[in-house]
Amino acid sequence: MTVKTYLPPRFVVERDPERCIKCEVCINQCSFDTHYYDWDDDEVQSRSGNCVGCHRCVVFCPTGALNIKKSPLDYRDNYNWRPEVIEDIIKQAESGGMLLTGMGNDKAHRIYWDHLVLNASQVTNPSIDPLREPMELTTYLGRKPDQVVIDSSCSLETVLAPQVRLDVPVMFAAMSYGAVSINVHESLARAATEMGTMWNTGEGGLHPTLYKYGKNTIVQVASGRFGVHAEYLGAGGIVEIKIGQGAKPGIGGHLPGEKVSAEVSSTRMIPMGTDALSPAPQHDIYSIEDLSQLIYALKEATLYEKPISVKIAAVHNAAAIASGMVRAGADIIVLDGIRGATGAAPKVIRDNVGIPIEMALAAVDTRLRQEGIRNRASVVVSGGIRNSADVAKAIALGADAVYIGTAALIALGCTVCQQCHTGKCAWGICTTDLSLTKRVNPDIGARRLANLLRGWSLEIKDMLGGLGVNALESLRGNRLHLRGVGLTDTELNILGVRAAGD
Amino acid sequence: MTQTEKVARIDAAGIYYRDLNARLREMVNNGASQVELVNVCGQRYIGTNLNRPAEIAIYGTPGNDLGAFMDGPRITVHGNAQDGCGNTMNNGEIIVHGHAGDITGLSARGGRIFVRDDVGYRAGIHMKEYGEKKPVLVIGGTAQDFFGEYMAGGAVVLLGLNLKEGERHRAKFIGTGMHGGVIYLRGSVDSYQLGREVGGATLEEEDFNTIRKLVNEYAGYFGGDVDEIMKLPFTKLVPLYLRPYGRLYTP
Repeated sequence: MTVKTYLPPRFVVERDPERCIKCEVCINQCSFDTHYYDWDDDEVQSRSGNCVGCHRCVVFCPTGALNIKKSPLDYRDNYNWRPEVIEDIIKQAESGGMLLTGMGNDKAHRIYWDHLVLNASQVTNPSIDPLREPMELTTYLGRKPDQVVIDSSCSLETVLAPQVRLDVPVMFAAMSYGAVSINVHESLARAATEMGTMWNTGEGGLHPTLYKYGKNTIVQVASGRFGVHAEYLGAGGIVEIKIGQGAKPGIGGHLPGEKVSAEVSSTRMIPMGTDALSPAPQHDIYSIEDLSQLIYALKEATLYEKPISVKIAAVHNAAAIASGMVRAGADIIVLDGIRGATGAAPKVIRDNVGIPIEMALAAVDTRLRQEGIRNRASVVVSGGIRNSADVAKAIALGADAVYIGTAALIALGCTVCQQCHTGKCAWGICTTDLSLTKRVNPDIGARRLANLLRGWSLEIKDMLGGLGVNALESLRGNRLHLRGVGLTDTELNILGVRAAGD
Repeated sequence: MTQTEKVARIDAAGIYYRDLNARLREMVNNGASQVELVNVCGQRYIGTNLNRPAEIAIYGTPGNDLGAFMDGPRITVHGNAQDGCGNTMNNGEIIVHGHAGDITGLSARGGRIFVRDDVGYRAGIHMKEYGEKKPVLVIGGTAQDFFGEYMAGGAVVLLGLNLKEGERHRAKFIGTGMHGGVIYLRGSVDSYQLGREVGGATLEEEDFNTIRKLVNEYAGYFGGDVDEIMKLPFTKLVPLYLRPYGRLYTP
């Protein structure tokens, strides 16, 4: 039984008939079947109901004939029964399923970055001009020693744990091959290599053509264990155990069979067309002790030559969990906040589970300091980092580096239309459809990503210079450089930041 | 450590696992093709990061994650294996003359595991296969709950040889979330013991050939009369769906 949908269109497609030359570019570009050629009227028409608002057609229309607007269709005003709430119910009444969505939490949870401001030097201490003075952004990820012993000949006696050098403290977050296309992976890998940072395979394995970027690659091991073998572990610069993800804390992932193409199946090592199921827990990890066992299994497998990272979703007890992770032997801990994005997650989880990354970061950094073990692991945060200011504030709150996922995809063309889970991404990013994936050209993609990191680096150096410091290390965990605006005492207390003016 | 011409030997008594594995690795990398570890007592990760064929005999009780990520060697355990035996193994063989613990064969991508007696919970969980690579897990005794959970490939055989007359496999939730591969059980199980995503199938000629070959191997390692073992009927369990959770979601 097909039910007529009660869902109204979300967007309205406006076509200027004066400008439209019927070239059909919009028809070819839209993977959601919005535009079509009407033979009877010899006109290109649009089905607004299909439009997802991704702007692909608008950007590629050669005559600028198209515009997309939010549908002006109004419901009677009701603060409780907002259009999204109504339409979610309509969808579920028509399908009986869990609502699936893509990208990060789009709800109005408070964004603490916007309530934190940085300091600058005035009169009493001079600022530094980054155009004339060297500015140091170099960051080393990995376990730092409790103490350093230098022998009589002035050389280091302490054996250092493996360290990974970053020229810029911004890495590309885990996005698996299968969720995103091979061209996206190549763009990320090349940009990371060029800029001296790391990109992350996600849990779908590493395509053979990308092994050459191994030094700048973080290889992930998740509950599905897809594409995990000795060569893969050996290829990366860091091995990351994924326990959880900010967009879907506590649940697993299902890469739908449609996206398991021949190439994806060979990289994940599962048959084509089957769902790639990542169970909610890793079935060899039910405790901190078990986590330690996997950490050391991976250290054994990589001869103790690489830092082992452990990624969790930021949840209520993040600080206590992080302490356990560090004690379990993690060299890097990654916290992914409630605004962390995904290729597909149940909407109810994405929008309601987890805590803001700012709070989790502050709590974890504070806790590890209190316990005297902050040096034993680097802290990396992710989940909604939008610009270099967010990066600088995260560093000041205590992070060693950040991951960016959504921001990187936006650099590649993503407009955050939240259709990743459909596998139909018109920008060719979050899809394995070969006719779409070719829309991302790795030459151009890598350039755009490297440009973004260059721009952010320059901005971070400017902010550092203004603070009167010449190294990122001087800002790291230095919360005195931050002040809070419009925050409650409790919030300021958790963030460990004083109020503006204080 | 004493070395005869052929079999290298390590006395593992009191050696920390990291040192033991480093020594084992060094020996195998230097061309030792047969290594005996004696007095093994709980050392973890034996066989991890050994990427070439070698015969490793373990006397005692190896610790968790025996052969994790292993790629090539054959490990024979004269004793019991603990949890995580063959975790994410790629290639090689593990033969256990005793019991094995929980999650035996977790996420194995290839290779073969033979356990003479019983295994713990979630054995065979999330085993995979791709093309020629098909992991195999053969268990002479019986298994605990969630046997073959989330299986995505490979073959698991449960023989129940140590069950008494009239005694049955007690595992429940067998094959929960299974979406690939096959489970062969000697004897039968009730439908309440099966996960929702798995169902019985008729055994074809090919299945019997596969089972007979594996039972032959099992008997070769541990003894037993193949014809006698094959007399009891087998049950074949396969996933009902390639995409067990495809209908959970609304785009």
